[in-house]
Amino acid sequence: MRRVWFTLTVLVVAFWCLGPFLWQAITSLKPDAELTRLPPILPASPTLEHYRAVFTGTPFLTIIANSAVVASCSTALSISIGALAAFGLAKLSIRSKGAIMIFILSASMFPPIATVSPLYLIIRALGLRDTWWALIMTYTTFTLPLSVWILTNFFREIPDEIYLASRVDGCSPLQSFIRIMLPLAAPGIATAAILVFIFAWNEFLFALTFTATPASRTIPVAIALFPGLHEMPWGDIAAASVVVTVPLVVLVLVFQRRIIEGLTAGAVKG
Amino acid sequence: MNGKQSGNRFVMPAVLLLSLVTIYPMLSVLYLSLHRRLLIFDITKFVWLDNYQFLLSDPRFWNAFRNTVYFTAATVSLELVLGLALALLLNRSFRFKGAVTAVVLVPWAIPTVVSARMWEWMYSTDFGILNHLLGAKINWLGSPFWALNAAVLMDVWKTTPFVVILLLAGLKVIPSDLYQAARIDGAGAWSIFRRITLPLLVPVILVVLIFRTLDAFRVFDSVYVLTGGGPANTTETLSIYAYKVLFQTLQFGYGSTLSVVVFLCVGAMSVLYIRFLRAEVKS
Repeated sequence: MRRVWFTLTVLVVAFWCLGPFLWQAITSLKPDAELTRLPPILPASPTLEHYRAVFTGTPFLTIIANSAVVASCSTALSISIGALAAFGLAKLSIRSKGAIMIFILSASMFPPIATVSPLYLIIRALGLRDTWWALIMTYTTFTLPLSVWILTNFFREIPDEIYLASRVDGCSPLQSFIRIMLPLAAPGIATAAILVFIFAWNEFLFALTFTATPASRTIPVAIALFPGLHEMPWGDIAAASVVVTVPLVVLVLVFQRRIIEGLTAGAVKG
Repeated sequence: MNGKQSGNRFVMPAVLLLSLVTIYPMLSVLYLSLHRRLLIFDITKFVWLDNYQFLLSDPRFWNAFRNTVYFTAATVSLELVLGLALALLLNRSFRFKGAVTAVVLVPWAIPTVVSARMWEWMYSTDFGILNHLLGAKINWLGSPFWALNAAVLMDVWKTTPFVVILLLAGLKVIPSDLYQAARIDGAGAWSIFRRITLPLLVPVILVVLIFRTLDAFRVFDSVYVLTGGGPANTTETLSIYAYKVLFQTLQFGYGSTLSVVVFLCVGAMSVLYIRFLRAEVKS
């Protein structure tokens, strides 16, 4: 009996978590006439009309490409700069290390709304409005605390002896970092990269402020500003939502363990 | 430890970049908040604390402040209770545990804007699935009473997974022999939870509270996309109000004043929390 209750509860939880997404998927398959009719809940005559509309009617592919480029470049940059710093913090002697760690941690607590207007003025002055660079620069820096934090934890777990041995063998600190330490920290890099990528893929406030046209617009902005003449094109929005969410759902299913590891880094160990 | 080289060069790029997006904007926002700056007319005028004085008597600011505090208190407490229940449920071994944990993570990974759009559609008065299932005709996003609570419910759905993951990690490090000893002593489930689980979980709960409160207090995208701050500003949070003043009316002076206030609130809360955490870890 207890097992039945347990299973039932788990099913309810799963339904609560997946329900809204499933409903969006169902909506995306309904022809327009059925959108304004309930019941039936499931589409009576399922159609791929909305998917076709999304891919042909709007510059959707450009927007997906924008998001992909911005998110991958930000991830690569944030991880590179973050790994350097994390290696320094974990394995080298640094003056006022504690103060630097606290600075990095408090930087992650900065409310974005307090920084968006000065950054907007800088980006406007540099002529970078409506370019990929504006977003790449912003995301790289705003995700630095996350990458430094996760990677410092990973570098710390690599025994000092390994680093010292490579130094004895004649590596400079930089060589040792690139040849010995980075490969050993690969799992940490994967963890940090997934989280940074998800952040950059999903970010909205800066993307909304710094972009102006589909030339640089990312997915969240496009979905928020979905063109609708009189009524919201709910079918098209649902189709677009499904298209941009599926990669993330796959990412979560495949890298579940890494994501959990990254989210809890530091939070539990103190 | 000896044989260590100076690592300053390694840390420098990260620290410089972070200063660029934190210290510089902070100073710049402070400076702007003492000015009247209208971007369209290219006017910049030093006005002392006029903006702050205006803020204190600005009913729309106080309205946004109240909304933000309500949103923060409601979401964080609901997420903590629900998250704790879910974490306890998932903290045992059962078949398909990995799959269930992955499913719980899904709302967290969905872009905030997408989830706001999903909920907006579910909340639709005439064609929404929620009203259909409830057999009701609630005007979720159009009524001043429901709109803010609708935003809270959406946030609870979206963010509880994060709370669950942190609490699960905290539960895992509680040694299992403590539970066994308690069971041998004849303790019931409730008293084990009260006497062992909860006290040992306090540090993690505090960390969750820090992350979530700071995040909820600066909420922007989910509510902005769901309701745009309406109806009649009943869901307008501080970040949304600041954003509108900055980028819709282009008043960079007063908008910056609002940003400074958000910053001060968040800063004060983090200092307070970190104090608590330190005291807790020491005791």
